[in-house]
Amino acid sequence: MTPTIAILLIITFLLSTVGLLLLIWSIANNQFSYGQSAARTIFSPGEEGHSEDPALADKPDFTGDTSAQASAIKARWTADQSSRTAVLTWLSSAVFWLILGSFFGLVTSLKMHLPEFLVSSEFLTFGRVRPVHLNAVTYGWASMAGIGVALFLIPRLFKTALAGGKYAVSGAFIWNIGLVLGLVAITLGYSDGEEWLEFPWQIDILFVFGGALCAIPLLLTAANRQVEHLYVTSWYLMAALVWFPILFLIANLPFTFPGASGATVNWWFAHNVLGLWVTPIGIGIAYYMIPKILGRPIISYQLSLIGFWSLALFYSQVGIHHLVGGPIPTWLVTLSIVHSVMMSIPVITVAINHHGTMMGNFKRLKDSPTLRFVWIGALMYTASSLQGSMEALRSINVITHFTHYTVAHAHLGMYAFLSFILFGAVYFIMPRLTNWEWPWRRLISLHFWLVSIGILIYFVSLTVGGWLQGTALLDAEMPFMDIVRMTLPALEGRTIGGALMTLGHIVFAFHFVALLMRRGAGNEQPTLFRPAVKEPTQ
Amino acid sequence: MKRALAIMVGAALILLLATLTLVVMPYLQMSAEQIPPDLKPYTEKQQRGRQLYIANGCVYCHSQQPRDPSFAPGDRDRGWGRPSVPGDYAYDQPHLLGTMRTGPDLFNVGARLPSIDWQLLHLYNPRTVHEDSIMPSYPFLFRHVEEAAEGDKVVYPREPYAPESGQIVATEDALALAEYMLALDHTYPAPTLPKSDEPKE
Repeated sequence: MTPTIAILLIITFLLSTVGLLLLIWSIANNQFSYGQSAARTIFSPGEEGHSEDPALADKPDFTGDTSAQASAIKARWTADQSSRTAVLTWLSSAVFWLILGSFFGLVTSLKMHLPEFLVSSEFLTFGRVRPVHLNAVTYGWASMAGIGVALFLIPRLFKTALAGGKYAVSGAFIWNIGLVLGLVAITLGYSDGEEWLEFPWQIDILFVFGGALCAIPLLLTAANRQVEHLYVTSWYLMAALVWFPILFLIANLPFTFPGASGATVNWWFAHNVLGLWVTPIGIGIAYYMIPKILGRPIISYQLSLIGFWSLALFYSQVGIHHLVGGPIPTWLVTLSIVHSVMMSIPVITVAINHHGTMMGNFKRLKDSPTLRFVWIGALMYTASSLQGSMEALRSINVITHFTHYTVAHAHLGMYAFLSFILFGAVYFIMPRLTNWEWPWRRLISLHFWLVSIGILIYFVSLTVGGWLQGTALLDAEMPFMDIVRMTLPALEGRTIGGALMTLGHIVFAFHFVALLMRRGAGNEQPTLFRPAVKEPTQ
Repeated sequence: MKRALAIMVGAALILLLATLTLVVMPYLQMSAEQIPPDLKPYTEKQQRGRQLYIANGCVYCHSQQPRDPSFAPGDRDRGWGRPSVPGDYAYDQPHLLGTMRTGPDLFNVGARLPSIDWQLLHLYNPRTVHEDSIMPSYPFLFRHVEEAAEGDKVVYPREPYAPESGQIVATEDALALAEYMLALDHTYPAPTLPKSDEPKE
C-alpha cells in the first residue's frame, strides 16, 4: 500500500509543478492577461482618478465630461438597478441571520463561564446553541451576504444588466428555507455530528439547489458581457461559485466515509469553506472596492493573477492541518502543512496589491466607511493568513491545537477579515440600489467602533488564554481543573467582546432597515464619516 | 464566454486534484487498515448513547484522539491512553475526533472512570464531582420523582445539589449515554501502531 501512495504522491507533486510552470509560462506570454491595462477594466472611460465613493471631499462626483463618458456612467446605473431585487433579497436575509447568529454566539459564550445558564431545556444546551451560532453566521450571514455582493458586482464587472435575476431570488428563498430547517434540526438534536456539516444531509440538498440557481444568472450574464477582459474579481467570484457546490456535495455524501477517513473529509471540507468559498469572495470584493474608491487601478495586475491560481492550488490542500497529531497517515498531515506554508505566496501577492494600492491614500480612511471597513478587512486577511500558516507548523500546533487559540484565529478570519469586508460592501451597495443615502453617519461610526473594539477584546483574550491553556495541557504536572480555572478570565473577556460585536450588529441592522424605509435626508450627499459638505448651522 | 469557462474549468480541475490527494487517497489507505481484533462494535444501547453524544454536542468540548507521547507528552501523562490509530474508529460513523479540549479527552474515559454511578452523577451535575467544572449540567436527562419505582436507577447528588424532597432517577437516555462513556475503552494493544512510537531516550 505504502509504495502505491508514494507513487501517487509523487505524481501529484509532479502534476502540481507542471501546472505551476504552465501558469508562469502563460502569464509571461500574456495568455491570460492584458497586463496593467486589464486592471483598468473596472473603470468607465475617463473615470480613473475619480473616486466612486466619493471619499474625496474636495473633488466633485464624477458624472462624465463627454457624452460617451456620461453614457458609460448611465450604463453602470442601469447595471446596478438590474440586480436590485436579487441583491436586496440576499442581503436582507444575511442581515437577519447575522443578528440571530450573534445572539446565539453570545449565549454560547455566556454558557462557557456560567455553566448553569439556561440548562433546563435540552434545546438550549451548550452543544446545540454553539452549532446554531456557527451555521447561522457561516451559511446565513457570510454566505448569503457574499452571494448578495457577488450578484451586485457581476453586472458591474461584465458591464451589462444582470440576466436571470429571478433565479437568484428563488435561490434565496430555498436557501433560507434550508437554513430554517437546518437550524431547527440542530436544536431538536438531529445534527449530522461533524463540525461545519451539522445540517442533516437531506436538508443540504436545498443548499445545493439554492446555490445552483445563483449560477444561472452568473452564466447568463457572463454570456452577455460587454468587456474584453475579465477583471480579477470576477475570477475569484466565478471560482468560488464553482467550488462551493462541489465541496458541499462531496462532504455531505451520507454513509460514505467512516471513522478516521470521515475526519479527513470533514476537515478538508471545513477548511475549504474558508479557503475556497468565503476567502475568494472576500478578496474579490476588496480587489474591486479599494481601487474603485481610490480611483486608481491596483498596482500589479500580473501579481493578482498569480495570487489567484496559487490560492486555488495551495488553499485546496491545507485542511488536514486540523488533524496534526491525529490518527491519520503522516504523509497526509505533512502535505497539508506544506501547503499551509505555501499559502504565504498568494497571501503576500494579495497583500502587495491591496496595501500597495492604498499607499499614499491612507487619509481617505477618515472619510469613507466602505474603504475603512474593506481595507481593515484586507489587512486582517493578511494577518490571519500568516497566523494560520504559522499555526499549521507542528511545533506551534502542538500547543494551539484543541485550545481557544484556534477559536480566536477563526474569528480573526471569518470576522475581522470577511465580515468587515462584507460590512464595507453593504455600505457601498445599498445607496446605489435604493438611490437613497444611509440616514445617519454617526450610526456607521458607532457600528465601526463597537465591532472593532469588540473583536479586538475577543481576539486578544482568547489568543492569550488559549496559548496559556495549550502550554499547560502539554505538562501533566498541572491538574486539568487548574487549567479550566485559568481560562476563565479569557472566556469572560470573550463575552465582553462578543457583546460589543452583537451591539454593533444591532446598530447596523437598525440602520439597514431605516435606509430601506427611506429615513433621513435621502440623496442630497453621500454619507461619510465626516460630512462632505459643511452641515448648515442650526 | 470561452475565457470565463476556462477559468471555471481550471478552478474545478484544481479542486479535483485536491480531492484526489485529500479525500480519495486517504480513504483508500485507511479503509485497508486492519481493525484491531479486540475492538468491539457498539451495542444498540451504546449506539443510542452515541447519538445522544452527537445531539447534545459533547464533541465541541471533548476530543477522542490522544496524540503520540513523543509529540505531545501531556496526552499520555494525563492518562488519556496510547496514540489512537485509524483502525480504532472502524465502527465510528460519523467520526467524533473533536477539536477542543475545554474538557479532557474521552478516548479511554470508560477505562479511566468505569463506574456508571459516577458517570450519571457527573451528567446530572458535573459540579457534584468537580466544584469548579464549567461543563453544563443535563437535568433533562433525569426525572425528579417522589419515590423511585422498582428497577429505576437512582442517582444521589450531594448537598447542595440534591433536591429538597423526592429522588433523581436516570432516564433511558442518561443510561444509554453513560453506557457509551463506559464503552470508550481503547486500552487494548493496537497492532498497527508503528514501532518507532516506542518512547526513545
